Parts: sequence; C-alpha cells; structure tokens
Amino acid sequence: MADGASRPIRAALWPALVLIALLALAPALSIWLDDPFTVKIATRIVIFAIGAVALDLTLGYAGLVSLCQAAFFGVGGYVVGILAWHQANSEAVLAGWMGSSELALTLPLAFLVAGLFAAAVGAVSLRTGGPYFIMITLAFNQMLYYGAVALQKYGGDDGLQIINPLTLFGYDISNRYKFFYLALTMLLATVLLIDRLARSRFGVVLRAAAVNETRAIAVGVAPWPYRLVAFAITGALAGLAGALLAASQQFISPADMAWDRSGDFVVMTALGGVATVWGPIIGAAAFIFTELSLSSYMQHWQLPFGLIILAIVLLLRGGLAQLVDLARGAKKGGEAVHD
Amino acid sequence: MTDVLEVRNLYKRYGGLVATNGVNLSVRPGEMHAIIGPNGAGKTTLISQLQGMVRPDAGEIFIDGVNVTATPAHQRAGLGVARSFQIASLIPDFSVLDHAAFAVQAQLGHSFRFWRRADREEILLAPAREAVEAAGLGARMHSPARDLSHGERRQLELAIALAQRPKILLLDEPMAGMGKQDGQRMTQRLADLKGRYSMLLIEHDMAAVFSLADRLSVLVSGAIIKTGTADEIRNDPQVRAAYLGHG
Ligand SMILES: Nc1ncnc2c1ncn2[C@@H]1O[C@H](COP(=O)(O)OP(=O)(O)OP(=O)(O)O)[C@@H](O)[C@H]1O
Ligand SMILES: [Mg+2]
Repeated sequence: MADGASRPIRAALWPALVLIALLALAPALSIWLDDPFTVKIATRIVIFAIGAVALDLTLGYAGLVSLCQAAFFGVGGYVVGILAWHQANSEAVLAGWMGSSELALTLPLAFLVAGLFAAAVGAVSLRTGGPYFIMITLAFNQMLYYGAVALQKYGGDDGLQIINPLTLFGYDISNRYKFFYLALTMLLATVLLIDRLARSRFGVVLRAAAVNETRAIAVGVAPWPYRLVAFAITGALAGLAGALLAASQQFISPADMAWDRSGDFVVMTALGGVATVWGPIIGAAAFIFTELSLSSYMQHWQLPFGLIILAIVLLLRGGLAQLVDLARGAKKGGEAVHD
Repeated sequence: MTDVLEVRNLYKRYGGLVATNGVNLSVRPGEMHAIIGPNGAGKTTLISQLQGMVRPDAGEIFIDGVNVTATPAHQRAGLGVARSFQIASLIPDFSVLDHAAFAVQAQLGHSFRFWRRADREEILLAPAREAVEAAGLGARMHSPARDLSHGERRQLELAIALAQRPKILLLDEPMAGMGKQDGQRMTQRLADLKGRYSMLLIEHDMAAVFSLADRLSVLVSGAIIKTGTADEIRNDPQVRAAYLGHG
C-alpha cells in the first residue's frame, strides 16, 4: 500500500506501543499492591515477549516454523552466566580475560554469540523445507540442550548460579524495578526493529517468499540468503532475551533450553497472531499467566486454559489479532491465490 | 543482430512421456513469436525450461547470445527473462501495486535493505504504477490479490512481468479463461506492447494469435512441426492435419 492510511490494524505498530505503555505501569501497580511478585511476573512477560516478537520474524513473516528458539535463548543466558562465573572465580575465559558481570558488555555479546549459533543452525536447516525444517531445528535444539547439560564446569544439569551482582554501566542493576525497565527498553527496541524489518525490502522478500516462493524466484529473488539473515536475527534476539532471563533470576539452566520451551515460543507467537508485532506480546502474557496457573492455586484452570489456547490456535489462523479483524468485518486471509 | 532468445535441440522427458522433443526456436529483437499447439503439447513445459524452473535433459538456451542453460531461474530473471504463469501465481495479501513493486525491487539488485519502508520508496512505486497501468489494472492498484477476479489476475500476471523490465517476455496463455470482452482487451494490450518487447506468446485463441504474431510455431507432442508467418501456417497441409483440423 502506498499510503499507511488504509493499513489494517494487524500490521500496525501502535497496538504494540500501547501494550508496552501498559506494561510500563507494572512497577507502579506492584508498589500500589505492595506485591513484589507483580513486577517479577511483568519482567518474565517482557522477556518472553522479546523472544516471541523475535520469533515472529521467522515464523510469521518468513513462514518458517523453527523449534530451536529456546536453544538460542539458552545460549544467550549461558553467555551472561559463564562470563559472570569467570569473574566470580577469577579464572580466565580466554587470553587472560577474566569475564565480566557488566551487562553493557555481556548483553551485546549474548546477542552476537546466539546470532552466530543461529546462523550456523540456519545455514544447515534452511536447506530443507516444511516438516523437515521443523525436525532439523528440533534436532539442533536438542543438540544444544545436551551441550549445556555437558557443561559440568558450569553446573551441568543443575544449572549455573550467578553469584556476583550484575551491573549496567557500572551501576548495580539488581533492583527489580530498574531491571524491569531495562528489559522493557529491550522489548521496545525489538518491536521497533522487527516492525522496520518487516516493512523494508528485506521484509517484502520474506513475506512474499513465505507465501509464494515460485513467484519470488520468477521475479529474480532466491529467498535462501534472506531467510538465513532473518533466522540469525531471530536467534540473536532470543539470545538477548535469554541473557535478560539469566540476569533477572541470577540463574540459567538447561531446562530453559528444553525443546518444549521452543514449542512454547511457537505457541506464544501463534496465539497472539503471527505477522504482527503486537500479537506475540499478548501471546507471551497469556502464556506466562497460563504457566502461573499451572503452578499455583489456579490448578483447576489448567484444562480450560489449554483448551482455549488450542481453540485459538486451531480456529484463528491469525491468532488473537484476527479477532480484531473479525470484529472490524475485515476479510480473512490465508491460502495462496491459485485459480 | 543476435536473437534475444535462441533454443537449440531442447529435450525434456517425464518418464515415458517426451514433453519437449528436440525443440529449435528463436525470438528476434522486438519480435512477437507465438506458439500454438493442442492441450498437453508441452507449451508450459517449454516456457518453464526457458525461465529456468524446469531443467532440460538436453539442449541449449541462449539469452542475448549468452548460454543460460545451467543458470538458475532467479539469475535468468536478472538477465531479463520474465514469464507469466498460465495458472496465476500471486501473493493473496499483497496489493496489485505491491506485486509490481516487488518485481521492480528484484531488478534493483539485492534486497538486504533493512530500514526504509519499501511501500514508501518512490523508486519502486513509480515504475510499478506504470507497469500496472500498462496492464490495464490502474483502477485496482491497491486491491489485494485475493479480491481480484480471474481476468484481473491474468492482468496482474502481465503487470508483474512488465515491472521486471524484461528483455524477453514469456507469456503463457495470457487470456486463458477470460470472457470474450476481457480477452479482446488483453489482445489490444498485447498489440500495444508489440515492438516494445521481444515476446514469446502462448495462446489458444487462434484469431488473436494470427492477428498479433510476427511468426508462429506449431508445437505438437513436444515437437515443433512448423515455424512461419501467419499465412504460411494457415496454409500448411501438415499443420492443418495435425492441429488446425482438430481445432
Ligand atoms: N512435472 C511433470 N511431471 C510429469 N509430467 C508432466 C509434468 N509437467 C508436465 N507434464 C506432462 O507433460 C505434458 C505437457 O504438459 P504442458 O503443461 O507443458 O502442456 P501444455 O501444452 O502447456 O498444455 P495446456 O494447453 O493444457 O496448458 C503433459 O502430458 C503433462 O501431463
Ligand atoms: Mg500450459
């Protein structure tokens, strides 16, 4: 569309900004309720939302179902955890460098390392398509999971505790509220980035090839390199989210990389609505609340909640975001036009 | 002057079926060369080999004198080969203009451009609008493909091919399934494009083909049995027996 005026809500940026603004009220709510748990939950929502919005570049826009998101998430977490461990134990990581608990350094590193892992996984996985792609990314997820289990030095199966206080530009970041706003800023950055990417020429290629690869090739675009870059960006942002999780709970373990967690990310993204930047935020919130309900007094909600999620994913191919479309009487999309 | 397209001894077999059987063919600069032939003669298979989607078993294909037989399809598009699909191959969520702009974008080098909004890049939109107008779809510029009628989808196929700024247009039955009126409009459009593009046109509509084409080739069971002007084809006894007699 030449003008943004008639762009449907699904593709709009502002709902994501509204959601982020609402999330920004969580610390105030937490103080008002005198319940520190509130901001902890909000932090978790924000962190998983980063992973889910990032996954949407691959899943929603490029149309590739990856089951490796949790592994990249974990890689990022381990980068932060391992570097902090080395500093705490005064043991060189490499060439005399003693590690770091400075997030201004370790967060970008987590982003980079996870991105490199994703590029390597993507380079192999993207040679296949459809169900094979799902299976191969799943296999890589398990490989990295067992890789983490094998890290005996860093806790192996039990996970890695971060014992030294983490800093951001030298300032202690262990304060819950400060940390929440750090994570929220990262979510905002992720949303703005994915939105820009989706609308750029790069995003046009991803979206076109997701639906009709034959057409993309016919006009002169081989989608492979674009998909690889999208996959790497998605993995890098997952690494950033995982790094934030490790920092927020001062702990990272192989459990954060389990394959079903990768499935959870797909559910979060699909639940909220693929190919939107705001759907996955809602999906992440819904998921975290479900997770709570599974582990606490709301146990009798488990089945109904599961059924609701199943119904949404099965009935609304566009996720919750499609409800908005339906309410506005917009036509639903989906299948390729082949007459 | 070198031919824009030259095909030498092309063969393609599907199991026991010979879909392309020793085809020799050329399209001269600015020429409209039509291919006629009964259903299943191998017309679409031929186009797919020229575009690169289908690999021939033997033979050679030249674009502007360059051997592209081993060149992948997306690179052939970069060399100026554009094809329209007999069965429209579109992106339901993309508007008419989006499709054409995507084709323009593909011609402008790589798409590793991450920041600027593609739907506001006049460098993409201006040529895209022009191609859409040339295909007669100007009134539907912002409609998503899924809302288009059958005839409009055929027009969009043409618009995309034009937006590629091709050296050679491979058009696979651009008026297939269109009503009489739409078909006549499309014929007029192709007549307008004649001379500006080198074209290989596949078409069932005899009246349209005989009025449009500079030369025609008759394809039967994968082989070209005759190439010539409209008059030569019309009066050829072999062609009449093999094809026109049935049609
Ligand atoms: N991928 C394939 N595998 C097997 N056989 C094929 C394949 N593609 C085409 N064929 C066969 O090759 C022959 C030529 O098909 P093609 O589609 O090229 O014919 P056509 O001249 O375009 O026909 P139409 O006028 O119906 O469009 C047909 O018998 C078809 O069944
Ligand atoms: Mg055909």
